[in-house]
Amino acid sequence: MSAGLEAGEYTSVELTNAHLDDIEQRNAESNCFITIAREHALAQAKAADAQRAKGDTTPLTGIPIAHKDIFCTEGLLTTCGSKMLSNFHAPYNSTMVERLNAAGIVTVGKTNMDEFAMGSSNENSFFGAVTNPWDRTRVPGGSSGGSAAAVADGLVACATGTDTGGSIRQPAAFCGITGLKPTYGRISRYGMIAFASSLDQAGPMTRTAEDAGLMLSYMSGFDPRDSTSANREDEWLRAIAHNGIPKLDRPLTIGLPKEYFADLANAQVIEAAQAELAKNGHTFKEVSLPHTQAAIPTYYVLASAEASTNLSRYDGVRYGHRCENPTSLQDLYERSRSEGFGEEVKRRILTGTYTLSVGYFDAYYIKAQKIRRLISEDFNKVFEEVDLLMTPTSPTPAFALNEHAKDPVAMYQQDLYTVPTSLAGLPALSMPCGFVDNLPVGLQLIGPAFREDTILSVAAQFQQITDWHQRHPGEKA
Amino acid sequence: MNWESVIGLEIHVQLATNSKIFSGASTSYGAEPNAQACAVDLGLPGVLPVLNERAIEMAIKFGLAIGAKINLHSVFDRKNYFYPDLPKGYQISQFETPIVGEGSIVIALEDGEERTVGITRAHLEEDAGKSIHDLFPEQTGIDLNRTGTPLLEIVSEPDIRTSKQASAYFRQMHTLVRYLQICDGNLAEGSMRCDANVSVRPYGQEEFGERTEIKNINSFRFVERAIDYEIGRQIDVLESGGIIERETRLFDPDKDETRSMRSKEFSEDYRYFPDPDLLPLTFSQDLVDKIALTLPELPDAKRLRYIEALGLSEYDARGLSSDLDRSEYFELVVNACNNAKQATNWIMGDLSAYLNRNNLDISASPVSAAQLAALIARLDDQTLSSKTAKALFDGLWNKADANQDVDALIEEMNLAQVSDDGELTGIIEKLINDNPSQFAELRSGKEKMLGFFVGQVMKLTQGKANPQQVNEIIKAKL
Repeated sequence: MSAGLEAGEYTSVELTNAHLDDIEQRNAESNCFITIAREHALAQAKAADAQRAKGDTTPLTGIPIAHKDIFCTEGLLTTCGSKMLSNFHAPYNSTMVERLNAAGIVTVGKTNMDEFAMGSSNENSFFGAVTNPWDRTRVPGGSSGGSAAAVADGLVACATGTDTGGSIRQPAAFCGITGLKPTYGRISRYGMIAFASSLDQAGPMTRTAEDAGLMLSYMSGFDPRDSTSANREDEWLRAIAHNGIPKLDRPLTIGLPKEYFADLANAQVIEAAQAELAKNGHTFKEVSLPHTQAAIPTYYVLASAEASTNLSRYDGVRYGHRCENPTSLQDLYERSRSEGFGEEVKRRILTGTYTLSVGYFDAYYIKAQKIRRLISEDFNKVFEEVDLLMTPTSPTPAFALNEHAKDPVAMYQQDLYTVPTSLAGLPALSMPCGFVDNLPVGLQLIGPAFREDTILSVAAQFQQITDWHQRHPGEKA
Repeated sequence: MNWESVIGLEIHVQLATNSKIFSGASTSYGAEPNAQACAVDLGLPGVLPVLNERAIEMAIKFGLAIGAKINLHSVFDRKNYFYPDLPKGYQISQFETPIVGEGSIVIALEDGEERTVGITRAHLEEDAGKSIHDLFPEQTGIDLNRTGTPLLEIVSEPDIRTSKQASAYFRQMHTLVRYLQICDGNLAEGSMRCDANVSVRPYGQEEFGERTEIKNINSFRFVERAIDYEIGRQIDVLESGGIIERETRLFDPDKDETRSMRSKEFSEDYRYFPDPDLLPLTFSQDLVDKIALTLPELPDAKRLRYIEALGLSEYDARGLSSDLDRSEYFELVVNACNNAKQATNWIMGDLSAYLNRNNLDISASPVSAAQLAALIARLDDQTLSSKTAKALFDGLWNKADANQDVDALIEEMNLAQVSDDGELTGIIEKLINDNPSQFAELRSGKEKMLGFFVGQVMKLTQGKANPQQVNEIIKAKL
């Protein structure tokens, strides 16, 4: 697409118009957009064309993308999938949006998501569920389900997502695309609506690892407005725009954590992917991450605790949903929040409030923090022996709409293979590696902190010798 | 029964940073409501706090000044509660690990006695906004300008026994933070406020009685009155067989009483936990050492120096050192005229009286330190008498012009003593001729007559004659 723009085959305005027409025509099918931003996009496209005329471009100049509706975007609605913010216009851009704007990108719209990024199916959205492009009776995964479905549907080449416990990787796996959750701190959280601050991390959702690397290079960077932002310069990251993803200079040792391979519906597909990677000379080694089973409860304690106070600001006083005719302050709080938040959000606020309360704090929050450290140490240990870890992204391919809606615990188990990495703050990528019952299967690569380069290099290698990432829902396997 | 009260104060000091503790918005006072609240202060979705390093430096400075342990590692926690002027639904504070640990401060009481009050801790936190209940009928206005203003909360040990000690402690803290230049000390604008924890117990009893907390007291006088009322109320309750409930109370200065705000049954669980948006606050001992070098001379050290090096009385030394501006003015005067005694007398006497009468702070004195020093120098070289010096001071005050030359004004007001031998001798000779019998009496040894002649000379010279010189001339005539 970038080449087409560069060669003058089409302008960004033409490209953007084509995308917008396509999205407007087909959004009803998937419901992956909450906002389609025609005017905003065309203004950006025009500016991008003007930049190109001046010869001042980046590889992203004029490329239409979509943002998950969790990123504040000046001039557009930012709902976070919630009734609470269904009327919220942020007076500022998130740092990440700002950086992509500076690179000349065109935002065609804001994508659907689980409310406040809480969910693994995109069914928890005030704006309705999103369907999986591979099977409209199934979920696209969540919480970045709208972004994943939009890329899989071919509505945009790239979209942004956020990942707190798997919210980029699991929908990427379900929708057969490539999704990267970078190291915690790699991309600024400023202007990204908080779910669980110590876990939230933005990342790119694309077709290919090459595109993910390119997006990452423009999305990332130190931000003085985010105290948890990593202040570092990685040469390889800045060089991606010119040189692409770095090439590996040696075959790697890739670990297979045994805790991730029990009862696996996708076993054959994952084994085949392993065989493909072995062709590049990589060797495999079984390793153990003994605290894996504790990750889900640990995650739900910590993420809910943080969420319960992060969401206190939605009180109906200054912005967002406010109930009709409040009779008292208490009434204003109670009704605005009861009406504004959905079931899953309320569940997590209640859980989080409980675990932070006097008398329960030590038993839940403090204990969970200790286990979080043990999980981190598990990873530190195995990365002394191996360069990367390879695992399935999720226990099963996309499940049916409503399948887990009544059973939150079963839904939470969806995150079993993605949550430990989030707790450890490590980078991980999911890419398509085959099909089970005509549904895409995701392969997860996990790296040491700030080694997205290794992950992307292996993913790019894999995508050179396989074509799973080029399959489209129309032409099923 | 004889009762003893036990008091501890929590003082909230607004730190004098230019911008807020976690955002870049201005902290200046008096702007239009909500004009100084940025996205971070408003708690908009997605915004993040970034710690203001000036606030850290000020907290360290304070810790060093009270001889406290400075914690090189401390943590910011979220204190969760809902209130309309608390935009995020939590206040960022320090709960388990404050930046400043245990220290102490010495307070001076009116009877000259000193008392050491232990400081438990001091921690950094953000201020909330203001709810305005009396501006819109049946509605509450919210002004978030104050939101995010850095506060240092200083918690004392329950070492205070009387309301007088409590206000002396509050004053001493006020002096200290002004010295350190970490707070403008403006009580009327809320720059310093305190909460008082008060309990009573029978004399001699070891354990504390149940306490109540009086919130948000913002003047030295109110601290005394609020505590006095509360002590009386608690004793009344106990003596009539009741029990004291742990509760939060509010002082009403108009009615001079405290009222219950909320009792323990409704006490909130603040669900403190480390704020994941902020990294733990860590800094090196080097930074602490560097800040230690910038500490000014503290009030106690200054007071001792005034006594030992300048020969001032304890009373004067305390009076001059208790206020940073006054001590600076004093030192400017002394350095220029080299007469500490006169400088003290003028500042503690006439200048203070004039300032009080006009409700002025010494930093706004119409008579500059340089002018006062020049006045004292002219007293010392006997150009002025104590009487004409007062007239000159009044003249300088009324001119209120720091550029007014003192000698020029002496001339203009015709205040110089007549020290010319010839002129004075002429006057005296004429007096002797006009009053021969009085002069004869003086000659015969009636010393009292000397006063008559000196008085007459003074009258004729309108007080400008140098009395010593007059004496000498008359004696020579004998």
